[in-house]
Amino acid sequence: MTQNVLSRAYNSDIFYSFSRSPTAIISAIVALLIGLGALFAPLVSPHNPFDLATLDLLDANIPPAWSVNGDPRFLLGTDDQGRDMLSAILYGSRISLLVGLASVMFSLVVGVSLGLISGYAGGRIDSVIMRVADVQLSFPAILIALLVDGIARGLLPRDSHDSLSLYVLIFAIGISGWVQYARTVRGATMVERNKEYVQAARLIGMRPFTILRRHILPNVLGPVLVIATIHLAVAIITEATLSFLGVGIPPTTPSLGTLIRIGNSYLFSGDWWISIFPGIALVLLALSVNLLGDWLRDALNPKLR
Amino acid sequence: MALLDIENLHIEFSSRHGNVVAIQDVSLSLEAGEILGVVGESGAGKSTIGNAVIGLLEPPGKMTQGTVLLNGERIDQLPPQAFRKVRGKRIGMIFQDPLTSLDPLQTVGDQLTESMQVHLHINQHEARERAAALLNSVGIEQAELRLDQYPHQFSGGMRQRVVIALALCCEPEVIIADEPTTALDVSIQAQILDLLRALCKEKQVGMIIITHDMGVIAEITDRVAVLYRGKLVEEGPTRQVLGSPKHLYTKSLISAVPRSDIKLRRFPMVTYIEGVQKNTKEDNLATATRWMGQQRNFGGKSDKPLVQVSKLGMRFILRNSFLKRNRISLDAVKDVTFSIKEGEVFGLVGESGSGKSTIARLIAGLYQASHGSVHFNNVNVTQLDDKKMLNSFRRQIQMVFQDPFSSLNPRMRILDIVAEPIRFHKLASTEALTRKIVSGLLDYVGLGDQALARFPHEFSGGQRQRICIARALATRPRFLICDEPTSALDVSIQAQILNLLKDLQESLGLTILFISHDLPVIRQMCDRVGVMRHGELLEVAETETLFSDPRHDYTKHLLSLMPGLDFLSQEGLEVEDAVLREAG
Repeated sequence: MTQNVLSRAYNSDIFYSFSRSPTAIISAIVALLIGLGALFAPLVSPHNPFDLATLDLLDANIPPAWSVNGDPRFLLGTDDQGRDMLSAILYGSRISLLVGLASVMFSLVVGVSLGLISGYAGGRIDSVIMRVADVQLSFPAILIALLVDGIARGLLPRDSHDSLSLYVLIFAIGISGWVQYARTVRGATMVERNKEYVQAARLIGMRPFTILRRHILPNVLGPVLVIATIHLAVAIITEATLSFLGVGIPPTTPSLGTLIRIGNSYLFSGDWWISIFPGIALVLLALSVNLLGDWLRDALNPKLR
Repeated sequence: MALLDIENLHIEFSSRHGNVVAIQDVSLSLEAGEILGVVGESGAGKSTIGNAVIGLLEPPGKMTQGTVLLNGERIDQLPPQAFRKVRGKRIGMIFQDPLTSLDPLQTVGDQLTESMQVHLHINQHEARERAAALLNSVGIEQAELRLDQYPHQFSGGMRQRVVIALALCCEPEVIIADEPTTALDVSIQAQILDLLRALCKEKQVGMIIITHDMGVIAEITDRVAVLYRGKLVEEGPTRQVLGSPKHLYTKSLISAVPRSDIKLRRFPMVTYIEGVQKNTKEDNLATATRWMGQQRNFGGKSDKPLVQVSKLGMRFILRNSFLKRNRISLDAVKDVTFSIKEGEVFGLVGESGSGKSTIARLIAGLYQASHGSVHFNNVNVTQLDDKKMLNSFRRQIQMVFQDPFSSLNPRMRILDIVAEPIRFHKLASTEALTRKIVSGLLDYVGLGDQALARFPHEFSGGQRQRICIARALATRPRFLICDEPTSALDVSIQAQILNLLKDLQESLGLTILFISHDLPVIRQMCDRVGVMRHGELLEVAETETLFSDPRHDYTKHLLSLMPGLDFLSQEGLEVEDAVLREAG
């Protein structure tokens, strides 16, 4: 059975298109490397930036190992608290990826469900959901995320801010991105709903919920996959932006955005490495995921094949 | 020297799975004023030939061998620029769908004059005059006025006339018409064919008509070429080829064409077509021992009506508005009353938009009727709300749909598709039993066990339609609605499916509502027929009576439009009943 699945995957058009696209292969490798590095950060990183016992303020602001004042212990230098930049980046991308993936999941679940309901039910329900979507679309996503984040901070007790900030951020970014999913899924659902296999299912007396889950959902997921990949890059960048603005992840467990913010204040004093290296990591991650998404969109589009 | 000579044409399509030979060694020739029909089933390569002649072969298609000569001049190797002077100017084209072959943002006049100015080098004024004359000649009245209208202001048939005018405007030597009437209703089809023939003879244009429809071939062509899987199997004068076919494929193709003049008991087993796992017929009919045959005590014909439709009406709201008076609605079905007897096949026939499919969906409960009622087995099903009653009603009615490509969920395996109704209604106690039943059903419709684990895209249209029938039978229904079940299929596949439905009906005592726009098919299948137009039921009669002695003028009109197929070969046919229609 597994063999069967593997050989089917190997023979599929998607794999063929993948093996023919150098861009896709390179970005997949880059994304995979960063992903693996983030996942196994405790194993691969030379230091543990969160372990206060190993930090030494005397090690603060050391430039990268290859420069004049560099220290071979810290390949990419250290930040203002003596944390190893390489380790901080690995742990940081862990948080960035976590927030990105979780908020994409959140958007996807909300957006796909609302899109399915909207497209299948039609009428008033559809109008209400789509008008809400239109209103939300008239604001930039980052503004919505900021707004939600701000409201959440105002409502939550002050001492729980740091512990809850991760969840607040996931919610804020997630809620700002559902519209795209909902619109796409709604359109696809309206097409599928009128197909005869759905009528056949209605004919045996299936309830709308079952029809949506068993029949329509699997058939509208193709474009969703593409949106989700591209959205992942957007979500990672949004997280970085919010953290950079200081409303995201607190500096005690820095994400890539937080690291860039910390480094920002040292840029003019010449300590460029603190914000440049996390910046490069962020660009590589976002770019590779974005390119993968673009490739996936083209590969799944029969007209561009 | 012929007007158009195609010699030893070879066309290949290359893909990463290897080369596919689409056309193999095809030679055709066309004289001025002659109409050559190219007929074949889907995938035979008919359109590929047409595209090759006009140099519009899409990559990865490639002509690997052969020549195309227009008036003795070789055109297949012309560079793209030079070919553009041939296309439109010397070879005109008519495509299938008049909706998409005109530019919706330009007036009809602009589209006509534009190509004339490009190809004939005449000024705006002359071009406009000629365009008006052309529209007149293709039967469009008030041509001067119509020139300034946009395509959407024309009806489907009128639009196809404009497309013909467009093909004619530069006085081409050859016209290639690819399924010119397939998208049109029968009454319009007849007019367009008449027009094409008249124009061809009058202007001495050579025409190649590419079609799958034997009726069109019989009606209009002088000579016919039969294609089978990229090869030319037979060619000759139309009457000769259709009347006494030589090649086995042509014979089986012709035997599969539904006739309006004779009723067959069964279509002869059509050889030469896609593999269907053929069961022995005895086994097929031993339904009593099978799951489907059990628990039915309602078989056999009787005079008791099973379905009674009374004063049924359906109104669609086309444009909704808060104010009632601003709403625009359409009465798709108007006060229709009829009844279907237990065990009979009742046909509904009509052109597109006549409301026949709406009636089917109303009876099946997919639409809510605006008014009127449907009684099934003396229970008013339009007002059923008791869940138990509703489910038992739903088990007894099933439907076979028109489009075999959208009626199966592409993401589900065949086992799950067919088993779904069984699982939903909990008709089988165990999963093993469900599997056994599904495998029996698939066997019954002529598909083997290996179909179970596959996905719909691995099957052809005809096979998919068999799967749909298996699914419809899975609840052991008493009443089957077939909504144009064969109109998307090739004739030979259609013959198989019609055979299958006949067998089912006989052995299971099913009551069937059979909907079609195709009168000959209705003739083969139905005991009684209702004729519909614009949502109204005009006439209900026994099939034989309707064909021999139609009452309503519209029925007479429809019958008169059927292409005359009486000269077709009757070799190997098992005629059940023949009623001669009066000529005319």
